[in-house]
Amino acid sequence: MARTLITSPKTAKRGEIIEIRTLIAHPMETGYRRGDDGAVLPRNLIRRLSCRYFDGHDDVEVFSAELFPAIAANPYIAFFTVATASGTLRFTWQGDNGFTQTESVELTVA
Amino acid sequence: MTTRRRLLTTTTGLAVALCLRPARATPEELAAAISAFAAGGAVRAGRVKLEVAPLVENGNVVPITVSVESPMNEGDHVKAIAVFNERNPQRDVAVFRLGPRAGRATVSTRIRLATSQQLVAVAQMNDGSCWTQKVDVIVTLAACVES
Amino acid sequence: MKALNVALLVALLAPPLAAHAADADPRRTGYDFMTPQVQAMQRDDAANPAMLAVQDGAALWERPAGASDKSCASCHGAAATSMRGVAARYPAFDAAQQRPLDLRQRINACRVDHQHAAPFATESADQLAIEGFVALQSRGMAIAPPADARLQPAIERGARLFNQRMGQLDFSCAQCHDDHAGQRLGGSTIPQAHPTGYPLYRLEWQAVGSLQRRLRGCMAGVRAEPFAYGAPEWVELESYLARRAAGLRMDAPAVRP
Repeated sequence: MARTLITSPKTAKRGEIIEIRTLIAHPMETGYRRGDDGAVLPRNLIRRLSCRYFDGHDDVEVFSAELFPAIAANPYIAFFTVATASGTLRFTWQGDNGFTQTESVELTVA
Repeated sequence: MTTRRRLLTTTTGLAVALCLRPARATPEELAAAISAFAAGGAVRAGRVKLEVAPLVENGNVVPITVSVESPMNEGDHVKAIAVFNERNPQRDVAVFRLGPRAGRATVSTRIRLATSQQLVAVAQMNDGSCWTQKVDVIVTLAACVES
Repeated sequence: MKALNVALLVALLAPPLAAHAADADPRRTGYDFMTPQVQAMQRDDAANPAMLAVQDGAALWERPAGASDKSCASCHGAAATSMRGVAARYPAFDAAQQRPLDLRQRINACRVDHQHAAPFATESADQLAIEGFVALQSRGMAIAPPADARLQPAIERGARLFNQRMGQLDFSCAQCHDDHAGQRLGGSTIPQAHPTGYPLYRLEWQAVGSLQRRLRGCMAGVRAEPFAYGAPEWVELESYLARRAAGLRMDAPAVRP
């Protein structure tokens, strides 16, 4: 389980545009680097981040990011979403070597 | 590996760290990547703002923000934002998928730049039209690198 | 920078003075030498990659360890209270070991003596995490090396090391960081080398690392054989650097290029 840090408001007004900032600990090994012994360090990347918004009625992917080796280690991704109704934001990171991790945050919309 | 050899290897800096082959300008590859994302359609300059420091201290972690002018409503919104580079081993940096639920077409992340080069952000609208901005970034190498 | 040298001489020979007028102090932390983008990365706890390690440290603080089955919290309670100001006054002279210890040695002494647990491996993720978490509790506080005469020999040895030419390039720390701070070496601005931000996320490392790791990198940079991890020279240098930086505010966990 990689350490994650998700920063988003706990409450928002209906229709308000909120900013969500995500950080996850991951080396994002490019597959282009060599170690001290000269051997190539195998590629190990997070390939995708998806954010789904479940508000009790529907479960919609409101944001996704496809990541490549050019994304820096410990990927930081920030984006916006509209606070439609109270619910759960579910973040899923997927990557090489079967890496998958999901974190959820609650959002209360008045 | 002797200490000296290790120091010589690492003092060539980030360009070696990121690339098995030397970085070289590949304008055709960059144009091809942009064209593929735009599904062959026209890509016009404008509406896209790509914010990145013109001179970066360290190419390992370069903060960028892409914002696109758009009402982000059902009829008129940004579907996707792609970022491409000119001289890393691979052209793609990221593709962000948005939509009217985004509210604002602004994304931020941190990227790697192997060397000084051009960065390109392309926004694809729901009507298929594409807009772009290119920025030239200078990447200096760290002076004191460790083995 | 002659003004900096005079300030340092005064700082070395006398116990830390009361804070002098801010505008007369020529000292600047590494933060001041960074671009706005990297400064923003440090300031924002939601974006600072070192905060991931700090989160791990917060979890470690609560986790029972060793034969004692005690956590740090068992003895120290809430870190925000008990650890407030601690990182700012290390290295400190340890009565039990009769020598100056830096923060990581002090933490390991707790692990071994009180938790009856194995010490953290040098530069391990856990060690950096707990150091980062403890250092965070001194954020914004002035570096305050103890006015303890028993530290003086270490400080003086540290000052000698700082001024000693080393390596194939035959540079001393002072030549770059006192004499040429603010000027450029390659594409980088030479900082004054104040340890206000450690442990920190270094963009070059793409990871969190300690002051010792950074100093080893400096020594490799002048083509000198670095002292081994845990060598007494490190605590001596750290003791000198802390005296030299006395009064500057801690900003750990920092971000640096």
